[in-house]
Amino acid sequence: MFDFTLPSLGADMDEGKLIEWKVKPGDTVRKGQVVAIVDTSKAAVDVEIWQDGVVHELLVEPGERIPVGTVLATLLEPGEKPPPEGAASAGERAGKLTPAAAPGASEAARQRISPAARRRAEALGVDIARLMGSGPGGAVTLADVEAAAQPGASKSAETVPVAHPEADRNAEMRRAIAAAMSRSKREIPHYYLVETIPMARAQRWLAQVNEGRPITGRLLMAVLQLKAVAAALAQYPEMNGFFRDGRFESVPAAHIGVAISLRQGGLIAPALHDVGSKPLDQLMRELADLVKRTRAGSLRSSEMSDPTITVTNLGEQGVESVMGVIYPPQVALVGFGRIMERPWVEDGTLVVTPTVVASLAADHRVSDGHRGALFLAELRECLQRPEEL
Amino acid sequence: MSEKYPELRANVIAILRGIAPEVEADDLRDDRPLRQQVDLDSMDWLNFLIGISEQLKVSIPEADYGRLVTLGNLLDYLRAKLG
Repeated sequence: MFDFTLPSLGADMDEGKLIEWKVKPGDTVRKGQVVAIVDTSKAAVDVEIWQDGVVHELLVEPGERIPVGTVLATLLEPGEKPPPEGAASAGERAGKLTPAAAPGASEAARQRISPAARRRAEALGVDIARLMGSGPGGAVTLADVEAAAQPGASKSAETVPVAHPEADRNAEMRRAIAAAMSRSKREIPHYYLVETIPMARAQRWLAQVNEGRPITGRLLMAVLQLKAVAAALAQYPEMNGFFRDGRFESVPAAHIGVAISLRQGGLIAPALHDVGSKPLDQLMRELADLVKRTRAGSLRSSEMSDPTITVTNLGEQGVESVMGVIYPPQVALVGFGRIMERPWVEDGTLVVTPTVVASLAADHRVSDGHRGALFLAELRECLQRPEEL
Repeated sequence: MSEKYPELRANVIAILRGIAPEVEADDLRDDRPLRQQVDLDSMDWLNFLIGISEQLKVSIPEADYGRLVTLGNLLDYLRAKLG
């Protein structure tokens, strides 16, 4: 038996609201399968299960707001027998929320409460019999107990306001972004480097590749840039990973968070998975799909939680360069400005050539400017050999 | 300002609105760069041109992108292609 908890869906997401279950008890699920849809401040997210199993018990009902880490369901390992009736399950540990099997009159009158809430109620001297629970089936939650213990608090948990109407989505997203970015600026000692990269070779190569292709098969420069970042990260793994619990965990694959603006305001940077190992054509298809699903509000939980670095391409909006704010717990962000023709000296001759200003914002707890500079130089070199990407 | 090819213009704007739903046909000026009037990144722009090439049955080589700056440029280009 194992618990299925609400995974973290990014630094700016610490709770969600369960919209619906896509599975029921008894269903066999495979790793990566979407089992629930959870609404966050940014988007509705398809939550995936991370290992094979059989759904045993669903512990949260649609409509409930749940913090990250909440046990949503219990599952049996493949081949595992269900525990005998009456045995204490993880569900009961977490506060069993499903209706009782045989709800007779006395059963219905029994107060549903989680063990943690019961202990807290005892500690605070709250009479649980007088509480109206706000959990599913009227279950009394820890929050209900704590609210009831406030001086002057109503004994009814029904007075706990349920905020977050849909109309507030934009304000909520703004708050979420502000919280994550404030945390980043508070905790991460950023350093910034910039490098102007000649783009004539990459543009020429791309034009040749696209020339013979129908419009639906053409590549964007953005894809070349993402692949080049992944190639450079392979040489400089200290830019790719997570800083958590006081230490850096490097991640072998480059799951690049691609900053995608939403038309109604705000942005999301979901992961394009394992960019380094995929051919450009596949990356182009996956990027097109990712942009479409981001705008449609249909992302998967792994795309929200996996990015190991972020790439922002604000040059698309016309700016020359961008200095990014690192998205915790990541440790670096690469920004591309607009590709524009600039005067350039090549072999002692002044020429006019397309260039792009690439920037690196990186975490001084993990790397130094020296390594960051070498990373940007490697990125520049990768973009001079587009045929190898 | 008189608008070019009203029917073609309406078709093109309908495709554009599939990508940028906030666009109001009356607010678009034919003589100003389209990507300055509408928030389109390179993926949006590509999807816009894919939509045009599929619905209007025209091929748009990448080498021609540079000529398609304003809505007027685009309409002239399509008019010539459609014959």
